Amino acid sequence: MSKQISQIATLKIQRGSDRNAPQWQTYEVPFEPGQSVLDGLRWLRIHKDPTLAVRFSCINANACKECMIQLDGDTVYACTARLEPRAMTLTPLPNKKLIRDLVTEIAPPSERFGK
Amino acid sequence: MTPDPIAIDTDVLVIGSGAAGMYAAIEAARNGAHVLLADRSLIGRGGATVMAQMTVACALGEETPDTWQDHYADTIAAGRGLCDEALAQLLCEDAPDCIRELDHWGVGWARKDGHITATMAPGHDRPRCVYVDFINTGPAVSKTLRTAMARNPSIRKAGDLCIVDLVVGDGEVTGAVAYHLGTGAPVVIAAKATVLATGGLTRLYRRNSASANMGGDGYALALRAGATLIDMEFVQFFPIGHLAPRLVGMDPIMWDPFRYKLGGRLLNGRMEEFTSRYGSDEDGKYVLTRDLATYAIIKEVEAGRGSPHGGAYLSFEHCSVAALRAAFGPVIDRLAENHIDLTRMPVEVAPIAHYHMGGVKVDATMATDVPGLYAAGEVVGGANGANRLSGNAITEALVFGRRAGRSAAAMAKHKARPTVRLRDSIAALDLVRSGMGDRDRVIIADMIAHLQAAMADGVGPIRTRDTLMRSRLAMVDLKGNLSAQPPGRPGAFDLERLDWFDLRNMLVVADAVATAAHRRLESRGAHQREDFPETLPQWQAHLAVKQERLGLGISGAPEGSKWWLHEQTN
Repeated sequence: MSKQISQIATLKIQRGSDRNAPQWQTYEVPFEPGQSVLDGLRWLRIHKDPTLAVRFSCINANACKECMIQLDGDTVYACTARLEPRAMTLTPLPNKKLIRDLVTEIAPPSERFGK
Repeated sequence: MTPDPIAIDTDVLVIGSGAAGMYAAIEAARNGAHVLLADRSLIGRGGATVMAQMTVACALGEETPDTWQDHYADTIAAGRGLCDEALAQLLCEDAPDCIRELDHWGVGWARKDGHITATMAPGHDRPRCVYVDFINTGPAVSKTLRTAMARNPSIRKAGDLCIVDLVVGDGEVTGAVAYHLGTGAPVVIAAKATVLATGGLTRLYRRNSASANMGGDGYALALRAGATLIDMEFVQFFPIGHLAPRLVGMDPIMWDPFRYKLGGRLLNGRMEEFTSRYGSDEDGKYVLTRDLATYAIIKEVEAGRGSPHGGAYLSFEHCSVAALRAAFGPVIDRLAENHIDLTRMPVEVAPIAHYHMGGVKVDATMATDVPGLYAAGEVVGGANGANRLSGNAITEALVFGRRAGRSAAAMAKHKARPTVRLRDSIAALDLVRSGMGDRDRVIIADMIAHLQAAMADGVGPIRTRDTLMRSRLAMVDLKGNLSAQPPGRPGAFDLERLDWFDLRNMLVVADAVATAAHRRLESRGAHQREDFPETLPQWQAHLAVKQERLGLGISGAPEGSKWWLHEQTN
């Protein structure tokens, strides 16, 4: 295996279900260059905090388009944004109803449960 | 403390919104049924359909003369003697009709000279696979079906709705217990007929080409409802899944369409062509079937001739920039963003869990052996035997989805008002509403990773009795460590609880795959037993798995194959 040297990203993540009273949690995530922000969030769920809520389905293909979040204030797909060896701030989409942590209501109204 | 569940009635409940589920919903609604389409994720976004890169097999015969019988012959040959002939016939015979309906709905099949064009794929005797450029087939199919559904007011759609169990009353499926992921609210759905369209089980493996929601939910739901699963030992590994360098924003099976269009060379770590060692020359063309290519790559790695990350090289270095761009346009830019220049470097590829041939036993109307329950798409077992022909997955999703929707609607017409009795649903409701679970004991997401490792290491494309035993023991341990109830209490988007429900299902399904793989004492297609390397005529038989009181029961092995003697003497 040609292992590249592991680096550390510092992810500052908005938590909770109340946009007006956000809680912040900061994690250090080891990664190899090329890995995605979603890779980092999935690593956190396995190794640090399984309650961390993030919406994703296809993991790597950028086909499902479910993993939209904001990185440092810009809207990105977590599966294509890359981890970097610096502080990175992750927040839910600002213009959608907040459900929990990084998860927002992004389904069209006709495709939501409860109609 | 325990809230009343939200109650919903429908004629037809469809679980899963890939191509099979959406087509089933459309067809059931066209036949007069009110439909509820439920998906644990967003509608039409998760699952396998949206991930399909290119080919859809169908004997249209617009460019090259073709008949469904020719497609059928190739499907049967690829299945290594184990296809359910009625299902394979349905798949091939109904395919042109479904493909043309999608064309009518504007999917945008690639055309040449006014005809829908078809490409050659491994295992086919002529160009037979239609597609949407550029590697956009799956997303285009999903979007087209979503749009077609939106035109029908009889279809209600419910995303973020996780089905926990089917409800069975007096031997019949009467609906399902679910919870809404967004709020944690318990839900009881009463349905006259239910269609499982939940897709496959590739999430059971460490390296897979699946969406996160393909943990095999449907197989577990079917087993617990009393239905039969067949051919569970046949998991298809896609031989040339992307391995290195790290590539984001692309499906790991992306090299398939590259090979369709450009050929490419499969090389070992010494940059030698090697598939001829395993009985098949490639000669720059893409002809090797998936089971043989998977076997060849694994064996080459075992012999110490793998690529640096433990796979093979795939090279397009002989292709010009112009040829690459003509074939794949914008995809070449995405590769450049990942620092991959195919004219200057090979990539590394390795087998990756891709598709499940086995699944729920159905007849040619898509009815399971439990009244009220139908299945469609990848969750169905039998049509593809021991090895699926390239391009048949989306085809079966469309054909079986449409057929299941029609059958479910017909059944619903003959039934009175749907009802779910409390006594049939209370056990599942108790799980959904439970609020006593311990939160800090173990990380279930980590247990899932351990299960994926056990499946990859012991129940992969090449198995032996010893690897299977080790994996089955690991599963027993994991099962022992899973709490009786989900952690925490119902709340908004609680992924830890979802992990619990997922692992509950994944353990049952992994057990079914390993049990069947352990029982089949031969090698055939996607099931290669190193301790039983021959393909044996008496094993041209389907193994069936059912839930029994004390665990899974397995039947269908040939007379005289006394596995217990083997266990004692080997």
